Amino acid sequence: MLKYIVKRLLLAIVTIWAVATITFFLMNLVPGGPFLSEKAISPQATAALEAKYGLDKPLLQRYMTYMSDALQGDFGDSLKQRGRTVMDIIAMKFPVSARLGGISVLVALIMGIPMGCIAALKRGKFLDSFISVVATCGIAVPSFVVCTLLMYFFGVKLRWFPTVGLTSWKHYIMPVMALSFYPTAYIMRLMRSSMLDVLGQDYMRTAKAKGLSGFVSLFKHALRNAILPVITYVGPMLAYTVTGSFVVEKIFTIPGLGGEFIKAINGRDYTLIMGTTIFLATLIIVMNVLVDIVYKLVDPRIKLK
Amino acid sequence: MKENPLSFQLKLKPEDFLPATKEEKESQVIMRESVSFWKDGVRRLAKNKVAMVSLFIIVLVMIFSFIVPSFYPYSYEEQIKGANNLKPMEYSAEEQAKIDAGEDVFPHILGTDKIGRDYAIRVMMGSRISLLVGLVATCIILVIGSAYGSIAAFFGGWVDLIMMRIVDIIYTIPDILLIVLLSFSLKSPLQQLVEVPGFGWLGVLGENLVSIFVVFALLYWVGMARMVRSQVLMLKESEYVTAARALGVSNGKIIRKHLLTNCIGTLIVTTTLQIPSSIFTESFLSFLGLGVAKPLPSLGSLASDAINGINTNPHLLFIPALLISLIILSFNLLGDGLRDAFDPKLKN
Amino acid sequence: MAEYLVEIKNERLSFFTPAGEVKALNDVSIHLKEGEVLGIVGESGSGKSVTAYSLMGLTAYPGKLIGGTLEFNGHHIEKMSEKEMRAIRGNEISIIFQDPMTSLNPVYTIGNQIEEVILLHTDKNKKQARARARELLELVGINEPDKRLKQYPHELSGGMRQRVMIAIALACEPKLLIADEPTTALDVTIQAQILELMMELKDKLGMAIIMITHDLGVVASMCEKIAVMYAGKIVEYGTTDDIFYRPRHQYTKGLIRSIPRLDTTEHEKLVPIEGTPVDMLNPPAGCPFAPRCEECMKICLSQMPPVTEFEGCHYTQCWLIQKEEYEAEGQKG
Repeated sequence: MLKYIVKRLLLAIVTIWAVATITFFLMNLVPGGPFLSEKAISPQATAALEAKYGLDKPLLQRYMTYMSDALQGDFGDSLKQRGRTVMDIIAMKFPVSARLGGISVLVALIMGIPMGCIAALKRGKFLDSFISVVATCGIAVPSFVVCTLLMYFFGVKLRWFPTVGLTSWKHYIMPVMALSFYPTAYIMRLMRSSMLDVLGQDYMRTAKAKGLSGFVSLFKHALRNAILPVITYVGPMLAYTVTGSFVVEKIFTIPGLGGEFIKAINGRDYTLIMGTTIFLATLIIVMNVLVDIVYKLVDPRIKLK
Repeated sequence: MKENPLSFQLKLKPEDFLPATKEEKESQVIMRESVSFWKDGVRRLAKNKVAMVSLFIIVLVMIFSFIVPSFYPYSYEEQIKGANNLKPMEYSAEEQAKIDAGEDVFPHILGTDKIGRDYAIRVMMGSRISLLVGLVATCIILVIGSAYGSIAAFFGGWVDLIMMRIVDIIYTIPDILLIVLLSFSLKSPLQQLVEVPGFGWLGVLGENLVSIFVVFALLYWVGMARMVRSQVLMLKESEYVTAARALGVSNGKIIRKHLLTNCIGTLIVTTTLQIPSSIFTESFLSFLGLGVAKPLPSLGSLASDAINGINTNPHLLFIPALLISLIILSFNLLGDGLRDAFDPKLKN
Repeated sequence: MAEYLVEIKNERLSFFTPAGEVKALNDVSIHLKEGEVLGIVGESGSGKSVTAYSLMGLTAYPGKLIGGTLEFNGHHIEKMSEKEMRAIRGNEISIIFQDPMTSLNPVYTIGNQIEEVILLHTDKNKKQARARARELLELVGINEPDKRLKQYPHELSGGMRQRVMIAIALACEPKLLIADEPTTALDVTIQAQILELMMELKDKLGMAIIMITHDLGVVASMCEKIAVMYAGKIVEYGTTDDIFYRPRHQYTKGLIRSIPRLDTTEHEKLVPIEGTPVDMLNPPAGCPFAPRCEECMKICLSQMPPVTEFEGCHYTQCWLIQKEEYEAEGQKG
């Protein structure tokens, strides 16, 4: 177990390093710089600013400096939002995205798992067909389509929910619906097929032969086995909700980390791009490791190597 | 005892006890006809109504996006004077005058956008781009993924180990993050590349489109590579392959008859299901403004453009949004149908 | 007290598949006294498992009992509700399945899975249930029971798992144990051990056993009575001696010819039964075995033979017997 965690951590560090390196060189390929767009600044002032942030040095040297700073936990100041460190900005924006993402993940699990189970238990009946059709359509609709449709009907036409910002609980409803739409549909499908698979297993017959009621065999014997694929999906789902929020944040004008990232790229805010990328990558990788460990706890057959 | 009670009850005759002929015996055995894997699969696919409807929709969309635009009276970049923001089937004042004068004017079936471009042709071009991205990107993924996966599985040992570690790393990289960054940063190097003689064709496709392909080529092959590797490994070690080898079947025949037949079903299904996911990603990128370059439309960018006019012209948003959902849905359902029909492991 | 512990009369059971009705059981009758061992022999799809499962109310969808009566220990199984059945399953009737590798739930410990059935059917508390589980593991010959209780199924070998399945089945001291090919999935050496264990436990606990198998060797050593099934019918029924020394049905004879023997001096060839079982969706009008029968006659193909009873409980359904009698009558007349 310990050996496994150490191994995973090593792999995680390599991955984060790879992401950071790729990002660093990629963003420097983008023409323009953080200070070019600001017309008011004279060339001398630009040069002075570039010197201040070390942008006048060769690329490789900058890379080395950045990496050694980052290793010590210093991600630098934002180039565009003067006077704020990258860490400040992340600390301010991330909770917004995290809350939205967390609620959406919960909604997806709470909706998806029971619906998938019901569909499997009512196999071939109307309810099953209905849930399957909804789920199949659900995974075919891109998030921006969901967002815009929600916005048009509930925000613009019916005026039930506010369309901008994230200040009251009412503001959360549409973004959460949009963000949890795809994962819910996906989990429903996953849960249905895995439940059907489990229900056909020999140990379910054993449970019945023991004289257990349908309720007990379902909750004790079937659910724990059927939920395994869903746990595996939680990792990618977290990545999806974190990054899927790019679109949602753009449409509903939510001040989150996704929007900040797009803004940083557009403004060539090198340090912020790097900081956000490393932060999100680390987050997703850590989540994936956690999911693996949870998986091991639920399924004793898995040996973490 | 005058009469045999048995023969009385059952009316038995001596000839009943004559041995039955072979033909008579065989007539009793009704064998179900045996069908080949492909025939069986196609037959099952043809029976699957949902999959056939999906296939029909896909073909229809393809006709509209690849064939119809070539003889459509409007072009996707042509701005018609005075025809801004027309509702579907409306005519501009100028066109109305022409019609009054007895001329034929092709109607704007879906209206026009805010700078007077016919929306129907833009939607058709948009779905052409989306389909193109879906198909080409999937081909790239298929080629890279299956080559990488089969090499890893074939060589095994430390080659496999290192290759799969790389896959692991790419797999854990948050994809959208990198896609956004890649499509941003690839734009200008590609623009420069277009200037270089011999690479002019890149310009025809558009830098953004090419950069999307590059992104797919760099990131999305890993899933396919993993799948192909596990398939090849499984087949390599499967007992029927060992059995075939023990019987002296040639390598070529083993690959043709066993490996390919068993692998190709899964490969077809994975590929079909990869198409909608590529289209999905492209539309997402285009929506964020990172997709194809203007004035070339894609369904994602059409939807993105229409968002500001959502109050006045909601149909400009709904049409591309619903169309892209329909395309993805059809591919998904066709993929499901193919899996049911061709994946022998899921048979019955 | 009824004469028999189990009495199945004229059971008819069909599976209603989309392709049509499959008559899995056609007029099956079985009876079994307390402490008796009955073997049901037949090839796959002959209906032997279906018979046993229906006795436990475990008939899988889309199967449906359409006729006959099933009596067990004074209960009328065919009339009982699901809730009443649950009180019997695992308690008065238990079953051991074919594949021990998949019959245990992979995510729970052995202890948990044994205790579950004890807690369900007895008043024992958790601690007592654990003690009983430990006792059961010892009973089925598993060493280090305390350690095993905490282990998961995947940590045990196949033979060990089948012992655990037996422990689960015996937890509530059932009156009837159904063993559905309990040794098919195991190694030959393990097979013998498991069978020996079952006989030992039968003597110790005095339960009746229905042994379902396609292996005649297994029934010969274990069973007092044998039912030979073919295509949803019992084609021959009798004591083990009847079946092995006085087989009357061509299918039984074929089965016996196809077992390897050690006691022959000459190099006898094993004789397999040619052909494949009938398609149960389109059963033939006559005897289902007729198309594969070497002695097949014209009448065999068109009419089902009547039941002929011999001494004791021995009976069969074959036209050849009728032919002999007919000819004997003819000579007399």
